[in-house]
Amino acid sequence: MFRKIFLVIVALGFYSFAFAASKQNSIQIKGSDTMVNLVQAWAERFMAENPNEFIAVTGGGSGTGLSSLISGTCDIAMSSREIKQKEIDLAKQKGINPSETKVGLDGLAVIVHPANPVSQLTLDELAGIFTGKIANWKELGGKDEKIVILSREVNSGTHVYFKEHILRKNDPNSKEEFSPSALLLSSSQAIADEVANNPQAIGYYGMGYISAKQKPIAVAKDKTSEYVAPTIDNVLSGKYPVSRPLFIYTNGEPQGLVKKFDEFILSKEGQKIVLETDFVPIK
Amino acid sequence: MRKFKEFIIEKLILLSGLASIFFVILIFLFLLKEGLSVFKSVSPLNFLFGKSWYPISEPAQLGIMPLILGSLLVTFGAAIISVPIGVACAIYIAEVAPLKIKEILKAGIELLAAIPSVVLGFIGMVTLVPWVKNIFHLPTGLTALSGSIMLAFMAMPTIVSIAEDALYSIPKTYKEGAFALGATHWQTIWRVMLPAASSGIIAAVMLGLGRVIGETMAVMMITGNAAVIPRSLLFPVRTLTATVAAEMGEAVVGSEHYFALFAIGIVLFIISFIINVSADLFLHRRKL
Repeated sequence: MFRKIFLVIVALGFYSFAFAASKQNSIQIKGSDTMVNLVQAWAERFMAENPNEFIAVTGGGSGTGLSSLISGTCDIAMSSREIKQKEIDLAKQKGINPSETKVGLDGLAVIVHPANPVSQLTLDELAGIFTGKIANWKELGGKDEKIVILSREVNSGTHVYFKEHILRKNDPNSKEEFSPSALLLSSSQAIADEVANNPQAIGYYGMGYISAKQKPIAVAKDKTSEYVAPTIDNVLSGKYPVSRPLFIYTNGEPQGLVKKFDEFILSKEGQKIVLETDFVPIK
Repeated sequence: MRKFKEFIIEKLILLSGLASIFFVILIFLFLLKEGLSVFKSVSPLNFLFGKSWYPISEPAQLGIMPLILGSLLVTFGAAIISVPIGVACAIYIAEVAPLKIKEILKAGIELLAAIPSVVLGFIGMVTLVPWVKNIFHLPTGLTALSGSIMLAFMAMPTIVSIAEDALYSIPKTYKEGAFALGATHWQTIWRVMLPAASSGIIAAVMLGLGRVIGETMAVMMITGNAAVIPRSLLFPVRTLTATVAAEMGEAVVGSEHYFALFAIGIVLFIISFIINVSADLFLHRRKL
């Protein structure tokens, strides 16, 4: 009996050794929920071509990814926003030197229920809605119904991007905030589901999530300019006003497997996957 | 030799007993150490009574009043729902039900306790939330009420089993005396059994609520997480627990936000400590 248990323990020990040894051929990627599908697609293709390498991808939000890069628990952080000076300082303190690579572009779609008569808005109107100054759809030509604002949680790069570029209009001194009555949902999928079920809701997510259950809003810079729908062509041409770069961050210049993966991402094949997952390639 | 063995065993048991206290103290010290640092950047009064929670802005606004009220409101709602049902259920099981039904009911309640909270949250999200929205004609079904209903299910097993124990432990003579005076079954329950078991029942309610206020997953999924001061049960709320769970991934170790989340931990610790201590006081009063 005891010998059996002993054998099992020894066997387990060997397994963990084997696992630890194989770890050299694996990388951990963490971060932006917006980018999870894209990076997962890269990782799958990459692993299919290099069967000995292993890449693990988890979401959680850009902030989560960057803070794990800083605490050394992942090799690559994916982020849908630029790293903050505060985070760089903290990383330097811990001996980590974040290095940035731009890997694609993402259009942010503002979405409503398909039954909502409102289908185009200006940037000012968007800011008014999400800060709570415009509280009824009536003011925008819709039904006499309260607007339900949906936002991502604060760990989301999309949340931060939306706040800085739409609510605060790129003004670093602006003090605008999301309306306190905004519902903070924990994933883009949760926003998609709530918008699909709620005719009064408005939310935002990365363009890749657009489906027939939600209606993307055409956005104009101001009343006099053209209303542009969030499509890949419009983001690429720069006409759609709400788009942002996507980044990956590594500790120092990429090396070894990380470098190999990095090169794969920027290769023709890698950038083709960007297009396949409804993002916009940089090349 | 035997004495020596006895000695060793005694000390080992003592050590195990002390271990839990030791760990609680360690955890509390760690919480204090990390959480109190937040008061370097925000005064305790502004932290507890501030009305805005914008942890990642520059400068950050760290007021947890909406979160405290959110937690209390959800707990209060859950209490209104689970206490009458839970106590009535305990009375039925302890006093009225025939043996067979009693067994089935007890098994069912244990099963209810075994459902993981994330499952309850998920069920609530797809069934209860649209239902609340339609019945009350609300802009959204992600409200404190939805959270309260789901949490009531979680508090119920605790309330039922402890209240039932309290009813069982009443001396048989009380009941016999009441019957001998010509009281009906219901009069006996209402006038004799319930008052006699009252401290145990209050303890049951307290412990049930202790479970509710610490619950995270289900409330995070169905209460909407909007950090506003709630005006009624039909508004979205953000609870203390959901805030910690949703934001801990973002908070960089050593940042103001990180300390603030630990300070929320202290507040939660204090609230559940008060609840547990008062439950304990009630339980002990019963024994005197």
